Formats: sequence, C-alpha cells, structure tokens
Amino acid sequence: MSSIQVTLLTGRSLSQGRSKEQGKLSDFYHRSVACCEIGAEDLSKIGASHGENVRVITEHGSVVVKAILPTQALPQGVVFMPYSLWATQVSGSDTDGSGMPSYKGTPATVQPAKDESILSLEELVRRSFGKKERRKSAAGR
Amino acid sequence: MKQQTTSSVVCTVCGCCCDHLEVTVQDNKIINAKNACAMSSSKLLGYMNERLMQPMIRGKNGFSNCSYEKAIDVTARTLARSRSPLFYGWSLTSCEAIEVGVELAEETGGFIDNTTSTCHGPMILGVHEIGESSCTLGEIRHRADVVVYWGSNPVHAHPLHMSRYTVMSKGRFRRSRSERKMIVIDVRRTDTAKMADIFVQMEPNKDYELLSALRAAVRGDEIEQEEVAGVSVDRIEELAEIMINCEFGALFFGLGLTMSAGKNKNLDAALSLVRELNSKTKFVIMPMRGHFNVNGANNVMTWLTGYPYALDFTQGFPRYNPGETSAVDLLARSECDSSLVVASDPISNFPHQAASNLASIPLITIDPHTTPTTMCSDVVLPSAHVGIETGGTIYRMDGVVLETRTLVKPPKGVKSDVEILSAILRRLKSIRRLG
Repeated sequence: MSSIQVTLLTGRSLSQGRSKEQGKLSDFYHRSVACCEIGAEDLSKIGASHGENVRVITEHGSVVVKAILPTQALPQGVVFMPYSLWATQVSGSDTDGSGMPSYKGTPATVQPAKDESILSLEELVRRSFGKKERRKSAAGR
Repeated sequence: MKQQTTSSVVCTVCGCCCDHLEVTVQDNKIINAKNACAMSSSKLLGYMNERLMQPMIRGKNGFSNCSYEKAIDVTARTLARSRSPLFYGWSLTSCEAIEVGVELAEETGGFIDNTTSTCHGPMILGVHEIGESSCTLGEIRHRADVVVYWGSNPVHAHPLHMSRYTVMSKGRFRRSRSERKMIVIDVRRTDTAKMADIFVQMEPNKDYELLSALRAAVRGDEIEQEEVAGVSVDRIEELAEIMINCEFGALFFGLGLTMSAGKNKNLDAALSLVRELNSKTKFVIMPMRGHFNVNGANNVMTWLTGYPYALDFTQGFPRYNPGETSAVDLLARSECDSSLVVASDPISNFPHQAASNLASIPLITIDPHTTPTTMCSDVVLPSAHVGIETGGTIYRMDGVVLETRTLVKPPKGVKSDVEILSAILRRLKSIRRLG
C-alpha cells in the first residue's frame, strides 16, 4: 500500500472553534475536526482524492480521518489536523521537560484507508477509553 | 415577552475578551448577538446545546442521575481519600472559582494546573529567563506601526484581534490600515498571511533558528549562511530593517511557537529578539491567549501561591516545576490517583497516553456540556456558563481585568462553578474534621 512521510501540524480552525461551541456530539463538529488537510500533490502520491478516508500514523498511535484539500495552503510534505480527540490519538505525551506536548511538527505517515470508517465521537471514546470504563463499572465506583 | 438588549457585554470565548457585544434576550433566551465574531455567535446562540442538567454518578450500569448534595459528597470523599489528586482546567471559568480551586488543592495536598501548560506555558518559562516588554492592547491599537504575527492565525483563532486591537483598528495615532505594516511568519500560508504586507514562509520546527538569525541581523551581526529555516538571509535582513525602523512594534505569537520543537527555548529566542529591538526602538511582545480566562488562571494562582501553573502542594507548601508537576507529565507518569476537572476537556485535548491514564483514575468533572471528559468521568456536575448565566472576573490576554455579566438565568437547579467548588471544599473540611 502506498504511503507518504509527512510533518503533522495540529491547530485551531475557525470551523473547529465554531463547531465546538455548538456541541461536540454534533455532525458539524465531526465534519470540522475528523479530517486531515493534505495538499493535492501529496494526495495523488498515495492514490487518494479529496473526501476519501486516510489513516494518519505516528509513533504514538493512528487514526482514520477524511482527507480534504487544504483550506489554507500547505507546503508539500506538511499536513494539518484541527485540534480534537482525533488529532490527539496520534500525539505523544513527552513534553521535553517543558510541560508542553509536541502538538506541531510531528513526523507522521499517511496512507489510504478507503475501506475503513471514521469513528463517531462516542465510538472513539469507547474504543480509546472503553476498557477502563468497563473496569470502573465493574468496580462499582 | 419584551426583548431586552444589553450593551458592552464581554465575550467569553478567546483571550481577546471583546467587550463591545450587544446581546438581546427574550424569554430568558439569547436571540441575537451583535458585534460578535463567528465563534462568539456560535457560543451565545448555541450555549444550550448538549447541556448537562443533572449531576450524575457512574455505577455498575453506567451513569445515573443524583442530587448535587450526593455528587458533592462523593467528590469530597474521593478527594479526601486521594494522596495526590490533580485539579485541572480553570481557563473557562472565573477568577473567583479559581481561587476556591487553589484552596481545594492546598487542603488536599494535591496538584493544580491550568490549561497554560498545554498552550502558552513555554512563554511563562521564557519570561522567567529573559523578562518581557509588554503593554495593553489599547496602547498597541493607538501606537503600533509594525505588527508581527508569528505562528499565529488570528483570522481563525482570534477573529476580531486585528480589527479591534491591531492593523485594522482605528487608533489615536495610527488611524488606518495604510499607516501600519503587517508581517506574518508561519509554516502555512494561512488566511492571516493572505492579509499581510509581508509573509515569510518558514520550515516547521525551525523557529529557534529563525528568531536567533533575526536577532543577529538586528544586532548587525553577519549571518554566515545563505538561508535559515528556509528563509534567505536577504529576507531576514529586510525584516530586521523594518523592525528596527518602526516607531512602535508589536510581536504577537501563537501556539506555532510554543508547541513546535524548542518550545520554551523558542520563547527565550523571541523574548531576546524583542529585548534586542528595544535597544533600537520600542517593541512589545504578547502571547495570543486562547481561552478567555487562561490569563486569569495564571494571575490568581500567582497571587495565591507565587506560581502561575503546574503547582504541587503534595509536600504541604507550593512547589512549581513545569515538566515535572504539569498535568500531562503527571498523568503520563501515572502519579495522580484522582482528578477534578473544571471547565475543560482534557480527554479530547491531551495526548492519548496522558488522556488514557486520566480516564483510568477516579475522575470528577464540572462542566456545562457533555464532552469526552464527562463521558469518561465517574461523577459529573453540571455548571452555569460564566459570562452568560453567571458573572465573574476575568483577565484579557494583555492582563486587563474585566467583569462579565449575567445575561440569562441558568437552567433550573444548575449551580455556578463557585457554588459547586465552595460546597465541595466545605464538605471536604467537614469530612476531615470528623476524621
């Protein structure tokens, strides 16, 4: 399967800022944040198109999101994900002794994931933290 | 019922804390928000979406509703049992609530951190080392003729910053856009960059190098390379020349600087650049604070303890060592045995490993809305929105203190952060007294 090595930036987008105020369970929020902006040339290298699903992988984890063409121009080899639970699935907890995780400039791999689906917020919470939820329930806390 | 319009309403979204909103209320419902940006309108007109109305406790079969008294009692007992609870959030609530939060952390001998540690914490570390030259946004509006945005995209993150405080504002001495030069330095050609007079596109993770080269150029030192961070030395020298020759310059920076490689060292370099510039002209530097009261959280914690965030009370006195006592580091090392989160969503915002460890310990959340953090909590306490349903004091990004207003009543029975936290503190003290 074709893949590309990229530098991942995460950050604020106006749509993310607006939709989180509307509610994180909303479709608007899901559309605004469960995505990765990838330049046309980089997308063509992995044989994917605007609107198709891709998997973003870092040493910290991986997540399936929708590939979209950049709303603000990106240099080749740089991709952008809005701040969200989807973006933090691939962020590392090492802060280099500063308290601040590396949310920008993370080495990542992007590959097509046409047959994989993007999880809803509830599903992502359940998959990521579900075992612990069950353990808590079992303990009757 | 009659409509009522309130003017000079303070917005409670980003660190701009715009105080020129006109909000119209009818039947205890906000029906219009004039002068508000897109994010502010979304909040003011959508604040009732996905609201939590009733306290909840997780049991064998998931969440069940309970009274505030029960949720507060369980919270106080959980905190009383803990050896190192973490109190986290605080940037989307009032200074009055933060004050109670600090007392809770001291009473329990825990850790308290605010969202600064994952936004502009590196700036504070840089200020400890270098110091800062700052002023109010009003002064920048009236005087600045050069405005630099570095790793910051205010069109998306602070939509009214430019029109109210910088290049597009009408100041006393700078009256129009043509009297100001706008420089944007970023790795992306952002929507903010499209509005700049000069846009400098740099390579990711090279902020420290570019800031240092720019400082060298300001000093008049020769740069023995053709380019730095993908920017030609000619371009760097041109930038230095513009910055030196301005009458009043302002450097605003965003998370592009604090979250990239170098982190606090990037801020050392930025603050040193501004210090260098002040030997030639007048220049100030200011972080683009993201949440409306993250600056208030720093101020309240500093008044009360001497330290602005990442506080450790486990030894009975306040200690501060970001990188060790900051929330992500504590959680990544699994050092906390319970957590109280106030007005924040760390399960969404923290890196997965830290979030996962947070979800695994007894977790109590006070928030107006359903979020991934409330979904992973053991106790959830609904709260009133500061600046909409309850008042309170907040700090704008430049340190100007503002008083927010109560525009509508909260949903029936829903309490404010101050009421909930004060009740938890009273209950905790009572449990301790009874042994």
